[in-house]
Amino acid sequence: MTNKPDLKKGDESWLYSEEVKDHFYNPRNVMKDEMIDDYKADGVGEVGSPACGDVMRMWIQVKDNKIADCKWRTFGCASAIASTSVLSEMVIGMSIDKAKKLKPQDIVDRLAGLPKVKIHCSVLGDQALRAAINDWENKK
Amino acid sequence: MKRIYLDNAATTNIDARVLAKMKSFLGASFGNPSSFHSMGKEADNAVEDARKSIANILGCRNFEILFCSGGTESDNMAILGAARANREHGNHLITTKIEHHAVLEPMEHLEKREGFKVSYIGVDKDGIVNPKDIEKALTKKTTLVSVMMANNEIGTIQPIAEIGRVILKWRKKNNTIFPLFHTDACQAAGALDMKVEKLHVDFLTLNASKIYGPKGAGILYARKGTEFEPIIFGGAQEVGKRPGTQNVAGIVGLAKALELSQKNKEKENKRLINLRDYFIGELIKIPGTRLNGDAEKRLPNNVNVSFLDIEGEAMILYLDAKGIFVSSGSACTSRTLDPSHVLMASGAGREAAHSSVRFTLGHDTTKADIDYVLKVLPGIVKKLREISPTKQKYDK
Repeated sequence: MTNKPDLKKGDESWLYSEEVKDHFYNPRNVMKDEMIDDYKADGVGEVGSPACGDVMRMWIQVKDNKIADCKWRTFGCASAIASTSVLSEMVIGMSIDKAKKLKPQDIVDRLAGLPKVKIHCSVLGDQALRAAINDWENKK
Repeated sequence: MKRIYLDNAATTNIDARVLAKMKSFLGASFGNPSSFHSMGKEADNAVEDARKSIANILGCRNFEILFCSGGTESDNMAILGAARANREHGNHLITTKIEHHAVLEPMEHLEKREGFKVSYIGVDKDGIVNPKDIEKALTKKTTLVSVMMANNEIGTIQPIAEIGRVILKWRKKNNTIFPLFHTDACQAAGALDMKVEKLHVDFLTLNASKIYGPKGAGILYARKGTEFEPIIFGGAQEVGKRPGTQNVAGIVGLAKALELSQKNKEKENKRLINLRDYFIGELIKIPGTRLNGDAEKRLPNNVNVSFLDIEGEAMILYLDAKGIFVSSGSACTSRTLDPSHVLMASGAGREAAHSSVRFTLGHDTTKADIDYVLKVLPGIVKKLREISPTKQKYDK
């Protein structure tokens, strides 16, 4: 593709990669209203606050120490929404041990980079996931 | 796809009549107004005609109009220039918490680096400054008061003439020429009366790019006899107060843009107010939607609402995908990662500030455009609320 902005890690640009746009406009694994009452979550985690501009909540189902399913909701900007969406795709089928080790950079890489200014504040998905895993561990 | 531009407070398109006026000065008439030959004279005449036209609209003398590069420079010239030049009379300045950064940042600079003290006056919940609060802050050391005429984010119109009268009374009582009074009228120039004698201002800032003129052209009105230092040096242009070769095409465009927008303002204001109030009325029918800023004391083209539980940047981009261009006071769009200082000062709260969306209508905006926005918005609100973990509070 020509004229495509270069969106490597730490780019100063405000433009989003095609991967970010895809997840932002077509978010995957969202916890829908109609499923929330019947969804049997083994762990739920939430991070952020509306005052800070970002809130993420994750629901996980665990089977044989693996994340069997993952649903989420996010209040936040495009990168916050896209990063939670892509994370949900990454972790389904992943072992708990591996999931606990995920870092913000792993999410950024899967999104083909994010504007530098966005990384610190909007990539909270790994923390929400860890909170959900802790919740599951505490309930065990 | 349709392209509906609702960000006219950021900048406007150039009116075809303005562009037509500018063209020859971007082409054959390229002379430098300071040159001694007839090509220079031709450019100089154009600049002086523009000055006269603008002075006429402001009701001031020609030499009180100084051309510069735009609103930011003009604000800086007035604030840095007047504060520094009148230092021996005092080191206290007054402004408000909802000013544009072009006012707040020179104020902060004077505070941090040059030993000035600045009082930042708050606003009520509707985003309006109370003249009594300005009065209470006045001291014998106050040399400059700066209050914007209309706010760029929430469009609230400030009581400039009333504040001007408070200042005149104070000066008379204390037998002093201080404080001087500056207003940033960039947002107001297309909609409100600019007569400086009615406003009782000593400095007034306006620019072309918000009133269907070109970017890079603005003025500072500086009342005769008011002391202020230049902030840049290097020539005798603009009586030495703003050296540098004038932007002739920009100046010509600015004068034409101001002339047109002032001439048509009553008719256009009426049209826009109707459209604005229709739009606001329909928007607040969407559950969890709040209007930011006073409903009546606001610019005819400004609509600022918060869609609770939806972050502003996400809303901007979903609207963008539908060909609708707007802005937000959300931290995510500010580059500093702070939510709008204007909405925070108006008591909207951080959450509402993050969720704010500004629609600013323009000369080309039609009811059909607004109806298109109203048609696509509920679907976007529904989709973004559906993925928001905070939403339940308002939806049900």
